[in-house]
Amino acid sequence: MFGIPEPWWSVVRAVVWALFIIIFLAVNAIVAVWLERKVSGKIQRRIGPQRVGRPIGWAQTIADVFKLLVKEDVRAEATDKWVFLLAPAIPFAAITLMFLVVPWGKNLIPLNLNIGLLFVVAVTSFEVLGLFMAGWGSNNKWALLGAMRTAAAMISYELPMVLAILAVGMTAGSLNMNDVVNAQSRVPFILIQPVAFLIYYIASLAEANRTPFDFTEAESELVAGANIEYSGLRWAFFFLAEYGSLVGTSAIAATLFLGGWRGPILPGPVWFLIKTYLLVYVAMWIRWTLPRVRIDQLLDFGWKFLLPLALADIAVTGLVLALL
Amino acid sequence: MPDNLRSTPITMPDEGARELVVNMGPQHPSTHGVLRVKITLNGETLEAADPDIGYLHRCFEKISEGLTYPQVMPYTDRTDYVAAITDEWAYALAAERLLGVEVPERAEYIRVIMGEVQRLLSHLIWFGSFAMDMGAVTPFLYAWRERETGYDFMETVTGTRQLYNFLRIGGVRNDIDDDGWQALDRFLKAMDQALIEYDTLFTKNPIFEVRAKGIGPLSAEEAIAFGASGPVLRGSGVARDLRRDEPYSVYDRLDFAVPVGSSGDAYDRYLVRMLEMEQSLRIIRQAIKQIPPGDIQGKVPKAMKPTGEAYARVEAPKGEVACYLVGNGTVNPYRMHWRSPCFTHLQLLPHWAPGNLVADMVVLIGTIDIILGEVDR
Repeated sequence: MFGIPEPWWSVVRAVVWALFIIIFLAVNAIVAVWLERKVSGKIQRRIGPQRVGRPIGWAQTIADVFKLLVKEDVRAEATDKWVFLLAPAIPFAAITLMFLVVPWGKNLIPLNLNIGLLFVVAVTSFEVLGLFMAGWGSNNKWALLGAMRTAAAMISYELPMVLAILAVGMTAGSLNMNDVVNAQSRVPFILIQPVAFLIYYIASLAEANRTPFDFTEAESELVAGANIEYSGLRWAFFFLAEYGSLVGTSAIAATLFLGGWRGPILPGPVWFLIKTYLLVYVAMWIRWTLPRVRIDQLLDFGWKFLLPLALADIAVTGLVLALL
Repeated sequence: MPDNLRSTPITMPDEGARELVVNMGPQHPSTHGVLRVKITLNGETLEAADPDIGYLHRCFEKISEGLTYPQVMPYTDRTDYVAAITDEWAYALAAERLLGVEVPERAEYIRVIMGEVQRLLSHLIWFGSFAMDMGAVTPFLYAWRERETGYDFMETVTGTRQLYNFLRIGGVRNDIDDDGWQALDRFLKAMDQALIEYDTLFTKNPIFEVRAKGIGPLSAEEAIAFGASGPVLRGSGVARDLRRDEPYSVYDRLDFAVPVGSSGDAYDRYLVRMLEMEQSLRIIRQAIKQIPPGDIQGKVPKAMKPTGEAYARVEAPKGEVACYLVGNGTVNPYRMHWRSPCFTHLQLLPHWAPGNLVADMVVLIGTIDIILGEVDR
């Protein structure tokens, strides 16, 4: 294509997509942090940032990024060197990989995998590995506590999440993300699978470390959680991954349940972004309204409520599909 | 780097040990100041908690022995710095009893109004930080909003916002002027609205309910045995309120209820404090109607050289604040002792901690409404 011979075209395509995803995640972190500050300000009857980049404070997060870039890279003596240094890269890498299979529009998908849904589930689990490495490698008791919480919570929210995604796969009849979007050409799956949507959304809040499930970094309990020993650029990578995770899970939810890039008049990528950031906004709304649940309560909720509900949802879906 | 300064890796005391000893504080966002709690963890479960105090010790009682009687007043502000008026009140009452000074009626009513506004302000900051301890940030800023109108009133009357030095032995420093009455009116109106908002935002929130119910249970017998007072005691179902049971000032002319809890857990103590705010509003409204004209400063002797001893206690927002004064005929108190409810309540932490999770620890610290300035003095 464009006069480039085939093997090289694939390389160019891969590089362009990779750059696009990384830049998108970086810009997203800047925009989402700004949005979070403004939304929390609105909810809490304050104004939020306004001085840097008058009148809406648009440059505040950019200034914060520069601050993080020039900070000293601190590493305590007793840390496990390589584990500590490598940990920040992993969550960010997992999020970047996840965006490989997210469709932005008709034929606008970085990698058209026929097991796209499975791929999403597989790579997002790596995020927890990075947090656990950070907690273990920092050699700090509070960080270790945060890491243990992360590992314990991972199992209990990923299972219902996978089952909710499976219900979507069954309804669409395919695990390919393009097919899932095409199957929603008439009715978005949120109307056909409302229970699966709720399960997925609740689990995705836990996945993205958002209130009410933000106990992995629970400021008032663990001070900062697994990344307590990090500062400067390394900390920024955790932050980037956290907001990437928020937009990533919202993007998956938009694709699986809200019809993805499909919508009237406006082009596909615009609809995709509108739907994604709508879900991001809802997550922020929830964060600034609710208290945090305790870890054992989340585990109870995951195992005793979400999991049976997801299983029942799959059973009902299977039954309906068999009868139709 | 010398070897003794090198930080060592986490080591278990011996093979097979399961406990992890962690320092919670003195720098920790949820210990409400410089409280250090040494907690022993098994996984996430607390096995023991050992509070370590003294980071804010200021020798308040010893310093008072070198001051004249009126000079002690500003130091009392610094004990419970979010409820300074009630602390001043305890000292003023003790000094007045020692010196035999009469307080004019108008001054008593001003004390009641200021004291109850102070109770509201103290409970507001407690409500906000208690919600924040559980991860809900928004109630904190809502509480801050009403607190602002309350502090506007305090500032209009006393000239300062937090540490007032407002009460005098035998009276108060300033009268409430027109600006003050208007500011008070604004505060009362804001509070009426706010209490409804807090209920819808937080009280009936199911996540808050499961977090607070059953945490830190305290039976009535235990509460009395531990020397608990104030909302902690009333949350356990003991209806004891010094304003009603041992009325000082003009509280015997005011009509108010004493809310009590039933099961004595963190949720009950929360409800007791929220209901107390309503009662405080009632008291202030009655006091505004009843306040007589007149002097705000009674007659005090030129040289305050009392002999003997006096003990006075008041119902402060956190519990019973008491002051014991001994005079030996000189201008300085011979001995002064301060009883602070937070110090007494702190011993509940090791009692409650075993079996709870780390996340409950911050709820337990929050539920006794701890102020470190009062614990360490």
